[in-house]
Amino acid sequence: MANEQVSLRQRTFGQTLRPDAWWVQPVVVFLGLSAFVIYSTWAAFQGAHYHFGPYLSPFYSPEIFGDSPHSLFGPKPGWWPGWLPFSPALLILWAPGGFRLTCYYYRGAYYKAFWSDPPACAVGEPRQRYLGENRFPLIMQNIHRYFLFLALIFIALLTHDVWKAMWFADPATGKTTFGIGLGTIVLAVNVCLLSGYTFGCHSLRHLLGGGKDEISKAPACAQAYRCVSCLNRRHMLWAWTSLVAVGFADLYVRLCSMGIWTDWRIL
Amino acid sequence: MSTATFKIWRGDATGGNFVDYTAQVSEGMVVLDALHQIQATQANDLACRWNCKAGKCGSCSAEVNGMPKLTCMTRMSQLPLDKPVTIEPMKAFPLVKDLVTDVSWNFAVKKKIKPFKPRAPDAPDGSWRMAQADVDRVQEFRKCIECFLCQDVCHVLREHHKHDEFIGPRFLVYVAALEMHPLDTEDRRADLKQAHGIGLCNITKCCTKVCPENITITDNAIIPLKERVVDGFYDPLRWLLNSAKKTLKR
Repeated sequence: MANEQVSLRQRTFGQTLRPDAWWVQPVVVFLGLSAFVIYSTWAAFQGAHYHFGPYLSPFYSPEIFGDSPHSLFGPKPGWWPGWLPFSPALLILWAPGGFRLTCYYYRGAYYKAFWSDPPACAVGEPRQRYLGENRFPLIMQNIHRYFLFLALIFIALLTHDVWKAMWFADPATGKTTFGIGLGTIVLAVNVCLLSGYTFGCHSLRHLLGGGKDEISKAPACAQAYRCVSCLNRRHMLWAWTSLVAVGFADLYVRLCSMGIWTDWRIL
Repeated sequence: MSTATFKIWRGDATGGNFVDYTAQVSEGMVVLDALHQIQATQANDLACRWNCKAGKCGSCSAEVNGMPKLTCMTRMSQLPLDKPVTIEPMKAFPLVKDLVTDVSWNFAVKKKIKPFKPRAPDAPDGSWRMAQADVDRVQEFRKCIECFLCQDVCHVLREHHKHDEFIGPRFLVYVAALEMHPLDTEDRRADLKQAHGIGLCNITKCCTKVCPENITITDNAIIPLKERVVDGFYDPLRWLLNSAKKTLKR
């Protein structure tokens, strides 16, 4: 019998007796979220190549002020301070960004991947001090439901964008005709995946029926609760697929607008 | 039949070390069988707790290869046997001896939770009426066998030792079973926020991963309780609506 002196208390970062590759998941999450944040920040600051024909990048929708035909209130307002960088995306991206930042799934994922709190289950942490979500700034995570309300508005707006992406203008006559391009499908898939993510939200689940102890007395709430719960079971999957879809939708519109990709017209 | 090497923690609260043992592994064998074989042939004084050998009593909780598990439900065929299998006691609780820990803190915590407080009976004979749909949700929480693996893996207890501030996932499930019960009238939201420390949970879902009863602890118990705490303390719109309702009632 061989003996080996070890301490039972985990004191050092990464210390564990798990023989599996526990670090793979936090590394993948770190790389995936970092790639998205870097790309979306870069794309938001560009302020160009965000529309192509009837397509509007989801990073720029709704375009409150801007130079494209999709703009709701015309070009950049005169009162905009000269020292402040302007891009239509910067006016709106805080809302879907806040929704994802305060999402229950993403919270657990980025606490592990970015803050190692913990790096993985039953793996030693780098810090002794821990406050959880009890103090500022993390106590602000409790406003998730307000970002949900905004995200629901965005789903409606992006659905309207898909409708608009079905009407192509003839360059010669200016007359619009119904059609479907590959971009229409890219934008439609994006809305479907974003809807799966948004309508499976834990806060929505609570607000629609989870907060009631006698849900059977409100049949409509019970049905809504069941539907949201169904989507909620795969919330992580919806979160990642919708993240990839929204980034790809922007990339598609951008590359078409830059002339690098050609939009394939199906109908 | 093959031979497996085990590194088993031997010691008490004052200190200890891993000791190597070997056991013959046969088809269908679980880690607890190997522990019993070692206890019978090589280490008669090895302390380990067990009872039902069927994953229902929650006694044989330990850490196998670094992860909290029931040793009676962990098959040897699930483990890589080319390396020694490590078996340690749970780390969130004080060690008594070898693989036995003192889990009495959990029972003290349970006593502090406000008990079930039903509404007045629905029928003259003193009975109540409930819809099946309303009790379906809390049925899941009744599956808990109190093995305390979720408490052990929770980093708030395991790493940060916040036993005085946080009741842990097991008892958040217990509170959820009471709080969501269709007959219960008690409001435990203030306790959840303060004494039970629900804000310390940062939703790592490790408790859900280790639950041998497959209770969806985080999504079905903890997050709904967090949302109820938001209702009571962090939602300004709801606060305004409730204040308006109270004013109108006067």
